[in-house]
Amino acid sequence: MSEQFEPVIVGFTCNWCSYRAADTAGTARVKYAPNVRLIRLMCSGRMDPTFVMKAIAGGADGVLITGCHPGDCHYIEQNYKALRRFLLLRRTLKGLGVAPERVKLVWASAAEGMKLAHEITQFVEEVRALGPLSWPKWNENAIQSEPIKEAA
Amino acid sequence: MATTNRITIDPITRLEGHGKIDIFLDANGDVANSYFQIPELRGFERFCVGRPVEEMPLLTNRICGVCPEAHHMAAAKAADAVYHVDPPRTAKLLRELLYMGFYATDHTTHFYALGGPDFIMGPDAPVAERNILGVIHKVGLEIGGKVIQMRKYGHTTVEIIGGRKVHPATSIPGGITKILSEEERKQIEEMGRWAIDFALFSIQAFKDIVLANKTYLDLILGDIYTHRTYYMGLVDENNKVNFYDGKVRVVDPDGNEFVKYAPKDYLEHVAEHVEPWTYLKFPYLKKVGWKGFTDGKDSGVYMATPLSRLNASNGMATPRAQEAYEEFYATLGGKPVHQRLATHWARLVELLYAAEHWVELATDPEITSPNVHRVPTEVPTEGVGIVEAPRGTLTHHYTTDERGILTKVNLIVGTTNNYAPIQMSTNKAARNLIKGGKATEGLLNMVEMAFRVYDPCFGCATHSLPGQMPLEVTIRNKDGEVTEVIKQFVD
Amino acid sequence: MSDKPKFAMYWASSCGGCEIAVLNIHEKILDVDANFDVVFWPVAMDAKYHDVEAMEDGSILLTLFNGGMRTTENEEIAHLLRRKSKILVSFGSCATEGCIPGLANLFPVSEIFDVAFHTASTDNPNNIHPVTSFEVPEGTLTLPALNPTVKTLAQVVDVDYYMPGCPPESHQIAAVIDLVIQVLQGKAQLPPKGTVIGAGGSTVCDECPRTRNVKLIKAFHRIQEVAPLEPTLCVLEQGVPCNGPATRSGCNARCPRVGAQCIGCYGPAEGVLDYGARLITAFASVIDAKEPEEIEAILDGIPDPTGQFYRFNLADSLLRAGVSNWQKNGH
Repeated sequence: MSEQFEPVIVGFTCNWCSYRAADTAGTARVKYAPNVRLIRLMCSGRMDPTFVMKAIAGGADGVLITGCHPGDCHYIEQNYKALRRFLLLRRTLKGLGVAPERVKLVWASAAEGMKLAHEITQFVEEVRALGPLSWPKWNENAIQSEPIKEAA
Repeated sequence: MATTNRITIDPITRLEGHGKIDIFLDANGDVANSYFQIPELRGFERFCVGRPVEEMPLLTNRICGVCPEAHHMAAAKAADAVYHVDPPRTAKLLRELLYMGFYATDHTTHFYALGGPDFIMGPDAPVAERNILGVIHKVGLEIGGKVIQMRKYGHTTVEIIGGRKVHPATSIPGGITKILSEEERKQIEEMGRWAIDFALFSIQAFKDIVLANKTYLDLILGDIYTHRTYYMGLVDENNKVNFYDGKVRVVDPDGNEFVKYAPKDYLEHVAEHVEPWTYLKFPYLKKVGWKGFTDGKDSGVYMATPLSRLNASNGMATPRAQEAYEEFYATLGGKPVHQRLATHWARLVELLYAAEHWVELATDPEITSPNVHRVPTEVPTEGVGIVEAPRGTLTHHYTTDERGILTKVNLIVGTTNNYAPIQMSTNKAARNLIKGGKATEGLLNMVEMAFRVYDPCFGCATHSLPGQMPLEVTIRNKDGEVTEVIKQFVD
Repeated sequence: MSDKPKFAMYWASSCGGCEIAVLNIHEKILDVDANFDVVFWPVAMDAKYHDVEAMEDGSILLTLFNGGMRTTENEEIAHLLRRKSKILVSFGSCATEGCIPGLANLFPVSEIFDVAFHTASTDNPNNIHPVTSFEVPEGTLTLPALNPTVKTLAQVVDVDYYMPGCPPESHQIAAVIDLVIQVLQGKAQLPPKGTVIGAGGSTVCDECPRTRNVKLIKAFHRIQEVAPLEPTLCVLEQGVPCNGPATRSGCNARCPRVGAQCIGCYGPAEGVLDYGARLITAFASVIDAKEPEEIEAILDGIPDPTGQFYRFNLADSLLRAGVSNWQKNGH
């Protein structure tokens, strides 16, 4: 049986809603794909596009950002900031050749454990279908791959 | 397997970026062939695709930091053409005024520090004297200060209108972002008037030192740097030299008009030839065809330099420059002039025109008008912008989508026009100077003079002080053993 | 033989603007001559590569190195000058962050050739591309190869100081030269290795004379849609994308002073890890909308975010290149 590609997903989850949703899913023993490495932020508004760049540069095949529903943010309006950043980030990544589907923003409340689990599992399958991203490790000390001797 | 001897001059210096010349000798030690290679390629025509067209005056600045103003203007005009918008008159005046400030600086730098020393001191003057210091000793101590002053004034003009001395920022599709104040206008006018005096002084210096000296005059009129090619330059509706706008006029080696085309028609007239041993291409006249590296009416090779512009025109648009132009041709025996060393003189005629036009523009009643921009209303499509860079005709051709995002870019850059002539000139100089396997001392300077005449995109305001030009030429026999090494100022 | 300390300036894949910026210190260039022995400066004098090779390691006190690492030759000379220099300064945007030619990292290098040698005016029926080694009847001609990505100087050799700017402004260059001369005279100390010199520690906004209020942008505009700008109000506040908020100070906000936006040529401000990411945050924070559709409509006003945010900085960013660049190159 051929080895299936297991996407590496980094998930930035807000403390108040979506992290608790993940907890809820856990205590309810709801299964969801184990590919996501969760990183808890106090708020989705803490999501700095630098984190996403770093995740991709570090080898992530996809990045998931989760936060409270618009209007429910524990810090009032910061999830809107996350939304605006996310939309502009996605466009910028597209210009770098990263398929927009590799970065996803999901709203989930603390009670929506099942929903979150479902979103995660679905996202993993979406990224699996896209294939590995495998961003190069730009290691300064390594010898760069063969310079192009002939262009055509 | 090669069995010829080989002389490599690497790197060529005083060229934008890098270049090297390989000279191959035959069994008799005479020159079999030489190749002038350009070893760099950055890919502007590829990576500008996907960028908004209004960024091109800023992005293409970075093609050349010595003449970013030229790219800035060509890009602005091409972007205007893409949007089918005609900028208000004040915007064009301001762009052209910036451009004249730049031209004056650039031509000054080249004449006094780059090409001038060869002339003013003579090619057989001691190497230690063939630089700006030698010029100062010969022409006067104040000259160094004047050259710095001219550069300052020119760059200050660029800075006032363009925001910065290097890589101006203010031209956009439809006009310019900067409104000139009366105080700034006055300052620019004063600097322009000084520039006229400086240009007249420079022409007089040239006449006193170079033309009055038979040896130098013989050198200028001699055959070693002479090529009979086509000549190209931008002209206004009266066929007078214009750096900023007009049509491209080409005259044949006999001086007769061969073609005069509008920028949008350039593809019918100019094509570029590719060789596998260099990253730069060789433009040629399409209707004559590429016949290799030769001169003459049957070869599509053309030149685009100050000399070309004078040859391709019927005169200068300002009075004193016109006098200088007439004297130029009277002295050199009529039009067209084929002796490439005369380019240094032609450059001074252009310096005078730039200074006079600088004052004309600075005293135009509309130059301080706030009407500096016209918002484009048409859907952007495609456009061509052509200006004269100091080193030659500069063509920018852009195609965009309906949002003005670039889909295609083609650039034919100033010095590129002259690449075939540079290859030919260095080849001719090498053949004339290297005989029987011996490279004379004269080679070291005269090969440099062959390409320097074209002012290859880069000139520098100072030579090395105190004037040592280290250069090493290595001659190997066919077994690769070193038979002779000629050095100057290399320890 | 002079006993003045040795000075060198070199251009790798460069436009020459850094050289002109140095010359625009005008009379101060004589201070350079008075205090240093200029041993290698291809724009100004004809010392050759093997003259540098013949010098003792570490014998050049100060080398200003501008230009990016585009070709194998650029990298070779970077290694050479690192060996021969005591202090190596990454001078200007190309050396420090890749600058505009770094945008080539968005595409595979092969596409540079595909385009350059097949433009509308290029006559190339036999599909000739230049090659690194070519036999002519008389012998072999060589060209350096283009590396798969444009790299910065620090990605290739150890760098002592960074001087940002495209080009660094002449008053900043003059200040650095003054500092170095003072150090030579024992009157000042060199800053710690790795310091960014010749620039400020804040952002362009700090030097900008325009008034800044709370920004609530309902639309981003292309500058030709709204020029000339209102002269006293913040450029970004007028809806024109201006990179001032994340760009290092030091240039005196020249471009906003003449009615143009800051395009970011001084590189990231102090403490910024990824310049583009920082700009995304800055621009997102001024958008006055909550609904995704409305936000997307406003973002349509920036048609090329990748170029807007990485214009000068791509080669030094976290991601460094676009997918098609490295995927085709076989990573």
